Amino acid sequence: MKTVLELFLTFFKIGAFSFGGGYVMIPFIQREIVGAHQWLSADEFIDVLAISQVTPGPIATNSSTYVGYKVAGFVGALSGTIGVIGAAFLLALFISKRFEKVKHLPQVKLMFKGLRPAVLGLIFSAGISVGVATVTSYKELAIAVFSFVGIVKFKIHPIVIIAVAGCVGLILF
Amino acid sequence: MFKLFKIFFKIGMFTLGGGYAMVPLIEEEIVEKNDWMSEDEFLDVLVMAQSLPGPLAVNTATFVGYRLKKTRGAAVCCLGTVLPSFLIILTIASLLTNFYQEPKVLSFFRGVRPAVAALIFTAVFKLKKGIDASLFSIVMVVFAILCVAVMSWSPIIVIVVAALSGIFIYPHTKWRV
Repeated sequence: MKTVLELFLTFFKIGAFSFGGGYVMIPFIQREIVGAHQWLSADEFIDVLAISQVTPGPIATNSSTYVGYKVAGFVGALSGTIGVIGAAFLLALFISKRFEKVKHLPQVKLMFKGLRPAVLGLIFSAGISVGVATVTSYKELAIAVFSFVGIVKFKIHPIVIIAVAGCVGLILF
Repeated sequence: MFKLFKIFFKIGMFTLGGGYAMVPLIEEEIVEKNDWMSEDEFLDVLVMAQSLPGPLAVNTATFVGYRLKKTRGAAVCCLGTVLPSFLIILTIASLLTNFYQEPKVLSFFRGVRPAVAALIFTAVFKLKKGIDASLFSIVMVVFAILCVAVMSWSPIIVIVVAALSGIFIYPHTKWRV
């Protein structure tokens, strides 16, 4: 029961502070799930990211469902998922009731002047730490470089990139 | 009400690649097909949803649901969006915990991991477009990297400091463009 509650609180915290969607959750989840609680290994966490990319739904909810299930089964999955969307849902509900009043607050715009570059820094750090953890030989480096060029230059869909990288992995490793 | 649930369940079911992919689909259903909201209203909702923490799809669904059917609508839309991925990940998680140690699965994921690293860096490139090139922005980027990568502080500190600096310091900087 304690674990289920911990799952809820941890993911509630992650959900409440991740502005900017998607990948900004990565450093949070790394710190809490891999570091503090050790619910997943560093490699396993990257695998969960890959799975989130090829399945529907937000990365944050997908990771929370996966981690929750691994740690405490179905109840854990439920608790983690409700936790991660909890803050977003309550806040959106709260604002909805005052939508017209807060719509044009200048502070919101200014806040993002600071948040956007910080989020970029956070995601960059996450990329570095994932890169350092995974690229251990020239083979991994080649996969990383080809994937990056494939997405940025040739606009190949990330799902295709992940599938191809996995098949290359089957041959190389 | 059931129709709302069905629409958001469908959107949650068929959008691969995270929350941002859901937005154009929500717009199509709510603005174009059903005429529940005007284009402008939807845009307001979207801006607000992006200003809040948490998954964008969840925020947008909650806003749209509240507009249409108050609190119950918000709950129904939010549930509809999340339920498909919840069920799918649950299935994958229960299968994968049995097969994770299989050599084939391991080498597949060894190939996938460097691609994920690359994917994260592409997100950095995409984000770069929304940021103005000022000394203030550069300071924020460096500050975030130092805190998390060098000092191993919590990203929460970065988020709070960055938001406050945006409100209180940014308006007084001379070096903005």
